[in-house]
Amino acid sequence: MSDTAPILEMKHVSKRYGGIAALNDVDFVAYPGQIHAVLGENGAGKSTLIKIAAGVTDPSDGELFVEGRRVNFRNPVEAMAAGVVCVFQELSLLPDMTVADNLSIVSPPLRGGLIDSAGQRQRARELLAMIGCEDVHPLELVRDLPLSRRQMVEIAKALGKRPKLLILDEATSALTAADVERVYAIIRKLRSDGTGILYVSHRMHEIEALADVATVFRNGRRIETFKKGERSVSAIVQMMIGRELTHHYPDKPAPKPMEPVALSAKNLSWGTQLRDISLDIRKGEIVGLGGLDGQGQRSLLLALFGVLKGVTGTVEIMGKPHRLSGPRSAMRAALPVALIPEDRKTEGLMLPMNIRDNISLASLSRFKRGLGLDGSKEHSAVEKMIDSLKIKVADLAAAVSTLSGGNQQKVVLAKWLMTGPGIILLNDPTRGIDVGTKQEVYQLLRDLADKGVAILFYSTDYAELIGCCDRVLVMYNGGIARELEGQHLNERTIIETALNVDDKEQAA
Amino acid sequence: MSESKTPANAIPVLRFAVDRSLVIAFGCIILMLLGGALYSREFLSPEYLLQQLQISAFLGIIASGAMMVILIGHIDLSIPWTVTLGAMMATAVAGWYGETGNVLAIPVGVLCGAMVGLLNGLGVAYLRLPSMIFTLGMNAVVQGLMVLHTGGFAPQDHATEAMHFLAVGRPILGIPNALLIWIVVGAITIFLLTRTAFGRRVYAVGNREAAAYLSGVNTNAVIIGCFILSGAAAAFAGVLLAGYSTKAYQAMGDPYLLPAIAAVVLGGTNILGGRGNYLGTIAGVVLITLLQSILAVMQMPEAGRQIIYGLVILVMLLAYGRGEIDRK
Amino acid sequence: MNDLRHRIHHNGGLLAAIALFIVMFIIYISNHPVGLTAAVATTATNKAVLLALVAMAQTLPVLTRGLDLSVGMVFILANCLASVFVVGTIGEGLLGIVLVLGAGALAGFINGAIIVWGRLQPIITTLATGAVYYGIALYVRPGPGGDVQSDIADLATGQLFGVVPAALVVLLATVLIVWLPYRHSVLGRAAYAVGSNEQAAYMSGVPVQRAKLLAYTLAGLLAAIGGLMLTFNTYSGEASSPIAGTYTLNSIAAVVIGGTSLFGGWGSAIGSIFGAFVLRTIEDLLFVFDLDPLWQPLFQGVVLLAAVSLGAVRVLRIRNRLELFA
Repeated sequence: MSDTAPILEMKHVSKRYGGIAALNDVDFVAYPGQIHAVLGENGAGKSTLIKIAAGVTDPSDGELFVEGRRVNFRNPVEAMAAGVVCVFQELSLLPDMTVADNLSIVSPPLRGGLIDSAGQRQRARELLAMIGCEDVHPLELVRDLPLSRRQMVEIAKALGKRPKLLILDEATSALTAADVERVYAIIRKLRSDGTGILYVSHRMHEIEALADVATVFRNGRRIETFKKGERSVSAIVQMMIGRELTHHYPDKPAPKPMEPVALSAKNLSWGTQLRDISLDIRKGEIVGLGGLDGQGQRSLLLALFGVLKGVTGTVEIMGKPHRLSGPRSAMRAALPVALIPEDRKTEGLMLPMNIRDNISLASLSRFKRGLGLDGSKEHSAVEKMIDSLKIKVADLAAAVSTLSGGNQQKVVLAKWLMTGPGIILLNDPTRGIDVGTKQEVYQLLRDLADKGVAILFYSTDYAELIGCCDRVLVMYNGGIARELEGQHLNERTIIETALNVDDKEQAA
Repeated sequence: MSESKTPANAIPVLRFAVDRSLVIAFGCIILMLLGGALYSREFLSPEYLLQQLQISAFLGIIASGAMMVILIGHIDLSIPWTVTLGAMMATAVAGWYGETGNVLAIPVGVLCGAMVGLLNGLGVAYLRLPSMIFTLGMNAVVQGLMVLHTGGFAPQDHATEAMHFLAVGRPILGIPNALLIWIVVGAITIFLLTRTAFGRRVYAVGNREAAAYLSGVNTNAVIIGCFILSGAAAAFAGVLLAGYSTKAYQAMGDPYLLPAIAAVVLGGTNILGGRGNYLGTIAGVVLITLLQSILAVMQMPEAGRQIIYGLVILVMLLAYGRGEIDRK
Repeated sequence: MNDLRHRIHHNGGLLAAIALFIVMFIIYISNHPVGLTAAVATTATNKAVLLALVAMAQTLPVLTRGLDLSVGMVFILANCLASVFVVGTIGEGLLGIVLVLGAGALAGFINGAIIVWGRLQPIITTLATGAVYYGIALYVRPGPGGDVQSDIADLATGQLFGVVPAALVVLLATVLIVWLPYRHSVLGRAAYAVGSNEQAAYMSGVPVQRAKLLAYTLAGLLAAIGGLMLTFNTYSGEASSPIAGTYTLNSIAAVVIGGTSLFGGWGSAIGSIFGAFVLRTIEDLLFVFDLDPLWQPLFQGVVLLAAVSLGAVRVLRIRNRLELFA
């Protein structure tokens, strides 16, 4: 590889947000004609690396070279001009515009200084054909496309910029198996044409299938770069986590078939996103939700909490019918329901408000005294939650945004535990929080379960599901593909079911 | 994504910005008084100051309501005709029902304003229409109603004794009643915002309505409540203004919309909601009133007043943390 | 064929506004005592074009998910400036027109500059700049009055070839010279992109700041064209804040009726023109049906409120309640 000049080179790059280093003195090199996998847990620094390369954010320290030239991208446009193009995990398409508009949004074909719409359509047709998406009409609006098609359009858009270095950040998360194969083919074709590719994925088999070189990140540092086949999967996993896999989960108790069913759902459906879902959760049980991202897990949790309109099917809580009409009725059910939402920054917390206000928000009616609030009662209740969850807080009056990610998540948990829930729905609660806090969350969940709380736990981390849950429901394409329990609950079966590779389960 | 570009220490800066806006606002008040004193000694006399506070009171009451709506990230552009509505309905009721009317005048005026607020709230909460647009439309409807009302029924338009007394009387230590009323309204607002569950929920909705909703807050009720308070406050101010000028007249609320919003925003309340305290609003109200008074004393023509006025608001807003405003 | 289906789908709001206008105009004309003559058409057009231009102006900021509460003030400012500068010979008058249009564009540019570089909210910014522009208008014309170059005025408000209302030609020219090139320019499309999703637009390399600046600047220009036409109609200038307020409000209503989304990214200035025509025809209908003038402001207010409430159909489509708060 050393005979070709690198397309991208980073020297001593660091990025700090406030006092926290997201990237720490990283050296990184990517070559043309090479597929370079970037591995690491959430928060390991991968996305910061990508954002710096793509000009979305600038490094606090260090230097960036593209084709040997020192660059200093001020925005994504400059990065694109230099040939660095990124397909972001969060889609960057414009929903109200046509596919053709989106594909040529930056440098459209011009005629007489104005956008040549016929030329633009032609270009769209070519790009769509290139990724095998002839079924998408160039004049279709992006907002009318299903998620999987949008992701393909996003890839087509990146290809249209003729990248020298293409960065794919979890670019296949919503794709069907056939599309994934097509994307692989395109990537290999680009490689043979001499394009450099940075490929970020959590899926080990994707890495194995595609990558020539891989780099593992952990805690903002580059741990190791190695060629394909030089390291075994377990060695790579070891590098990513830096600790033994199995040690840190609380012991699972024996199954409790005699406990009453706390939450029972029958034939829940919601558009195309939830298909005929039935499940039972007993008191004291931790049930996991697995599968690839975006198979309906999030919708299922929101549906059970009453946030979605037009859900069909029935839900019973402690045997009593429960109407899915919103969070307030969920909180007043026979067993109060709590939802730890997916995005704590936008759905869980009021970042600029202080810690006390955030924790007590869902329980305010308990502190009413006369017209006002009983401040001292509230204060002591909040203190109690902070103690029991070991939230590291200097000042109750400080804004939640000053806390670390892990402590923020604990504040969300505290808010809901304060309401005394009997059923807890968790939507990927450990995403982006430190290992220590994760451990505490696992222990907390098990303690709650031991006290009789029923828990439905969605996680994108398979190890977590295996380690924490009594049972795991693996979702595929809006339905429950399979229930895994006991010895069948292992990484292999989860991945197989999630990818729908087991023929018997070919549901869709 | 947007989070990642803002440094994690942005929040201490924000808190500083709120404090800074308070400091700037109070600083400007003192500067204006001193500047005025150079022009004429009168500016520091207790009589002048009391008079300014009395005039501030009307704007202060309107701004109290406007602030509730701004705190939840909305805006009430129906204030002008709600003020007029309050004044006209109060005087009309007094005219229609004689003695009983005199008693009912003030509550009916306030209630009419609350009704407008209720409709605004329903439109914004349940129809999810942008408050800016819906309240603007509501303003036009109320205007239409008032044109019909005055033209069609020729109601009484002069204020009752009680209204006049509340607006201009000075029975206690020479302190204007209007000022005392503002103090009461202000105290209630502060209590609501800082000591009640409703106040907590107002800030929660203003910061992140989705998170508040998921925490079981009835966000629609909070929105409706804030609009009702805004409508009631505007109408009450209208009642007092009718008492002050002894009569109700068309478009009497028009000069209060921009000052009310400006006072709230100059007091450090974030126009996108979620942040702000009443102390700032007080400062903003006094600041605006003084500015108007000084321009009037200097015999600045209306044209110059409008220009200076707009510029002062812009410059002050630009001076308070720029950028903190674009949270979205 | 498939293309056509998509195009109809994209322009549903516009087509609905056109249909609504045609129906109302037919009702109006068939109940008009004189019927459709060139004179009737010209009078109707002269009034309607004013709002149409201001509504076009409002469309551009709205497309970027902003709002311009100063359009009415810029409209009035242009009116007052024109009553002072568009005088004298035809040549001097034309120079005055350039000056007025330049002033309008400058006012719009200032709005945009404060919003983009000062990072203040569009509502509060334009509310404040509106006060400034109104102050300048008052300064230029403290009381109603003034004059305007009458040859230009007569030409712009009369009929072409004795049939076609000239104001309509002015409007058409504005569409052809300002709107259509803008719509098909890179920055014009960028305005849609910004309104659709600003974050995604930025990530895609769309020139967000320049798009906003241009949108507000052109809004100022279009409002100034409206102000000029007002002067040609009245032969005088008046710094009237009620007129400014009414035009601002009606411009927003026209934008909504014309199928433009107040949440940005969707719609067109052509739709706003028809939205303005619809609003004006409602007023004319009140006239031909002889509604008590006392009821007219209320009726108009209710129509406005109903028009803006059309936006609520969005809520019916939402099936995930969290999207309500977006």
